[in-house]
Amino acid sequence: MTVTEQQATFDSRQAFADELIALAREDERIVAVCNDSVGSSNLVAFRQEFPTRLVNVGIAEQDLVGVAAGLANAGKIPFVCAAAPFLTGRALEQIKADIAYSEAHVVLCGQSPGMAYGELGPTHHSIEDLSWVRAIAGLDVIVPADPVQTRAAVRWAAASGRPSYLRVPRFKVPVVTPADAPFEPGRAVLLQDGDDVTVIAIGSLTSRALEAAARLRADGVSVRVLNMPFLDPLDEGAVIAAARETRGIVTAEEATTSGGLGAAVASVVATHRPSPMRILGVPRVFAPTGDTAFLLDHFGLSANGIVAAVRDLLGHD
Amino acid sequence: MLPADPTRSAAYREISQRIREGRPEDAVAELERISGEVRQSIVRMIDRAQLGHIGGDLSVTDILVACFYGVLSLDPERPRWEGRDRFVLSKGHCAAALYSTLAHCGFFHVSELDTFMAPLSALNGHPNKIKVPGVETNTGALGHGFPVATGCALGAQLDGATWRTVVVLGDGELQEGSNWEAAMTAAHYGLSSLTVVIDRNRLQQGARTEETKNLEPLGDKWRSFGWEVREVDGHDHLALLKALERSTTGRPVVVIANTIKGKGVSFMEDRVEWHHKVPSAEQVTAALAELAR
Repeated sequence: MTVTEQQATFDSRQAFADELIALAREDERIVAVCNDSVGSSNLVAFRQEFPTRLVNVGIAEQDLVGVAAGLANAGKIPFVCAAAPFLTGRALEQIKADIAYSEAHVVLCGQSPGMAYGELGPTHHSIEDLSWVRAIAGLDVIVPADPVQTRAAVRWAAASGRPSYLRVPRFKVPVVTPADAPFEPGRAVLLQDGDDVTVIAIGSLTSRALEAAARLRADGVSVRVLNMPFLDPLDEGAVIAAARETRGIVTAEEATTSGGLGAAVASVVATHRPSPMRILGVPRVFAPTGDTAFLLDHFGLSANGIVAAVRDLLGHD
Repeated sequence: MLPADPTRSAAYREISQRIREGRPEDAVAELERISGEVRQSIVRMIDRAQLGHIGGDLSVTDILVACFYGVLSLDPERPRWEGRDRFVLSKGHCAAALYSTLAHCGFFHVSELDTFMAPLSALNGHPNKIKVPGVETNTGALGHGFPVATGCALGAQLDGATWRTVVVLGDGELQEGSNWEAAMTAAHYGLSSLTVVIDRNRLQQGARTEETKNLEPLGDKWRSFGWEVREVDGHDHLALLKALERSTTGRPVVVIANTIKGKGVSFMEDRVEWHHKVPSAEQVTAALAELAR
């Protein structure tokens, strides 16, 4: 029996849209800015309630991000809602110069991130986004794992006074966040304690990590499962403790392995407490055709893949 | 952020009020005097730093002086005052001209200009709003200022506020596609409080704009995008003041300011090599003498 079989699953876009509307009712500075993405960003209800507070710049991502920076200058708190590949890819220099370097309090909401647009192919996949935005100073990077974290992220980013990039999950996942879990920058969520190996997972891979841990426990392997809602700032203390207290670390993310979670954790581990690691993600290849679930399995981003990585790290056959 | 110069900002308030309320011929004389001083500062800054974009600095000077002294509603001692007009220099490589203008207005002390591009100076080669009062967004990469200014004007429109936004673009910069995205957005939203000024000096880094990627018919391009087009001599202060008046059509306004790169220093004028060439000591002396006349 698996975790995903036991539990209902959710597309977090609805939680995102509901929370944004709730926030907009409380704070008139909240505006949504989109690039013809009213439907795909789930902003129809927002537009109905706040017609003038939804700015649609059309299919123009550079303008999208620049306009958001200007709205922030005018005292607004803009939530930029656009498909993650185009938001981060087309407008990366605007994210760097107009938002991060200019310290504009804008929330960049990457919709349908990772391989959520499965069959549409690599033009529509956003697996590079975490590598790109992590390279930019002054930008918080939030990767919610479920609807609970998505709601918390919307609230936190609106109040932070700082620029942030928020990946809005689309792939259906169960709720993994305990009711008392913290949602703070630089703070990991301990989902399960263990002392043989640590699995650190973010976003869609979190529930899969829990499923892998359950299977390994049945085989007598004790797995610590950590989730990092904030990829930046990262909970370095939790990473160092994991390296010290368990025999190695497996990271899992729906992103390229070149610069996301795995790279961030590896940098901390190599600097403070060298320890064996396995980094699960999409290697530097363009994905073949397939739906999201197929592609995740294809790249080993599955409970099976995580189990295999843990066994490999422990030297098991 | 650099502190304001209270003495200069008090003088700025007085001078700019005189320019706005006095006789036009007196205003022009005053603006020309200030432009001359700003240009001399620019030459000295670039001489000291041995770096800078002198040609574009000198072409945009009159536009900056007309905007700051004759048009914009600003308070150098309260640079983030909510009701201020927003000014964006999208051609951020002409930071020396902006810094010189801001210092003359009292946003910070003129002595700070001596640090231009020196290690750890607030006065980077391109303007930084965190360090320099009077800067609204960090520019330098071309094609960024106009979309940001569009967002400012949109924010004012959402609030029903009366403050306006002025953004200055280089002409070569119009080759960046992001500008045309913003041109469509501003026209679509009827952002009549937004004014774009194009420093039309017809030269870019390597050659003439028209040889590199031609911009003409420039006015027709903007008209077809739904803008009110005003074309003026960008060194004629009276014409600039008139052109910088608010839109009366409900459409955003673009001022095509025809300028001369290197304006005011005869051996630099309209010569492509003075995009970012640094003058020799003798050339600095000659330039300052000419600008002081």
